[in-house]
Amino acid sequence: MALNTDKNSYTIIFSIIMVVVVGALLAFVAQGLKPTIKENQRIEIQQNILYAMGVNENEGDGDVTFVGADKIKDEFAKYVKKQLVIQGDQVTEDPNAYLIDLKKEENLAKDANYKRRLPLFVGEKDGKTFYIIPMRGKGLWDAIWGYVSVDDALVVQGVYLDHKGETPGLGAEIKQRYFMDDFQGEQIMSGSGEAFEGISVAKGNNDPLNKTKDDHEIDALAGATITGNGVTAMIKKDVRMYIPYLQSIKK
Amino acid sequence: MGLLSKKDTRLILDPLADNNPITIQVLGICSALAITAQLKASIVMAISVMAVLALGNVVISLMRNIIPSKIRIIVQLVVVAALVIIVDQILKAYSYQLSKTLSVFVGLIITNCIIMGRFEAFALGNSPWRSFLDGIGNAAGYGVILIIVGFFRELLGSGTLLGFQVLGDPINKTGLYAIGYENNGFMLLSPMALIVVGIIIWVQRSRNKALIEDH
Repeated sequence: MALNTDKNSYTIIFSIIMVVVVGALLAFVAQGLKPTIKENQRIEIQQNILYAMGVNENEGDGDVTFVGADKIKDEFAKYVKKQLVIQGDQVTEDPNAYLIDLKKEENLAKDANYKRRLPLFVGEKDGKTFYIIPMRGKGLWDAIWGYVSVDDALVVQGVYLDHKGETPGLGAEIKQRYFMDDFQGEQIMSGSGEAFEGISVAKGNNDPLNKTKDDHEIDALAGATITGNGVTAMIKKDVRMYIPYLQSIKK
Repeated sequence: MGLLSKKDTRLILDPLADNNPITIQVLGICSALAITAQLKASIVMAISVMAVLALGNVVISLMRNIIPSKIRIIVQLVVVAALVIIVDQILKAYSYQLSKTLSVFVGLIITNCIIMGRFEAFALGNSPWRSFLDGIGNAAGYGVILIIVGFFRELLGSGTLLGFQVLGDPINKTGLYAIGYENNGFMLLSPMALIVVGIIIWVQRSRNKALIEDH
């Protein structure tokens, strides 16, 4: 071999070339695929919102199937009647409210002067009105997020939960039907209906089938305590912000 | 001569048993503990590792004569990270649902020591075709253990296999649960994966005494 790969100069030149080549390759791939990925993510948000209000293509008990990407545009327009942005006392309609980045809004809201924009989706299915609230929080390893839909009486009609990097088989189970379906019918307001209580993911509530719907508790997942606590905290933190508005329209 | 010579066949078959990456080479234990609570996750991980290891082995093998030995580990890391990210991006663009399923595995693949181990031990000194076979063989050996551990952990921990309740319904007390059987929640936690791997190692070494190292 004529090449002396032990020389320092060779090592340096090799690493420079490697970094440039790999960097260029990754940048090229990322840039080239960006529009397609963005579009997929936009469709996914619409699918998630519809899923939370019970519009899906589930087959059987354990299946989580969204409305197909080909039909999503029509279905979204059909079921989601209004997209609102709540900013302090002001409520405006915005057809792109679903694209509001909750993470950005949360960071901006650290500045006390900033009025946080809260997206809220009003859906209608079979003559019933759904209010779909987006949420974002922290799991064990990374972000978790979801959508919860409530009816006029602030009873949960459905949720969709997702995560970025929870442990497969444990925390990642929050996006399984058996966990998400438990939320249906739970109250988010305390008994008298005045104060916000939220829903806790509780261990040992002796109600694995979740037959008691007014205890504000969902049976936790074994081995996923931190993720479960994250879900509880996320609901408490994000749904709370919508309560004043939801109560004002109730009156 | 066929496609696979005798030596080539051994490259694939050896890692399945007598030179298994997990039980003999003790590589890739971390991911074996982390994701084997369910059979499905084990299978997905096995397939992902196979794709990355076979491809990465070929790339490293092609570059083996020009890689400076001083920074070879860094080069290996760059190759595997770049490969995994490119595959992830392509999946995100063209098979979004699949990429959602795989998302958590991506990080685990990059840090899987089997990949670095095989680059270092094999691909740096062998031709691309043999490295490819070695990648397939080792990933298969890794996958076999993952699937065995996943099988027992899911069966004993959750009473299900691939999500189907094979032992009956634990809440409504049907099937085995009707006679007082309970799921062992401990099986869902990582320490039990280590114990299951330990049992596999024990069984394997007691069947083949040649594998026992003398100290």
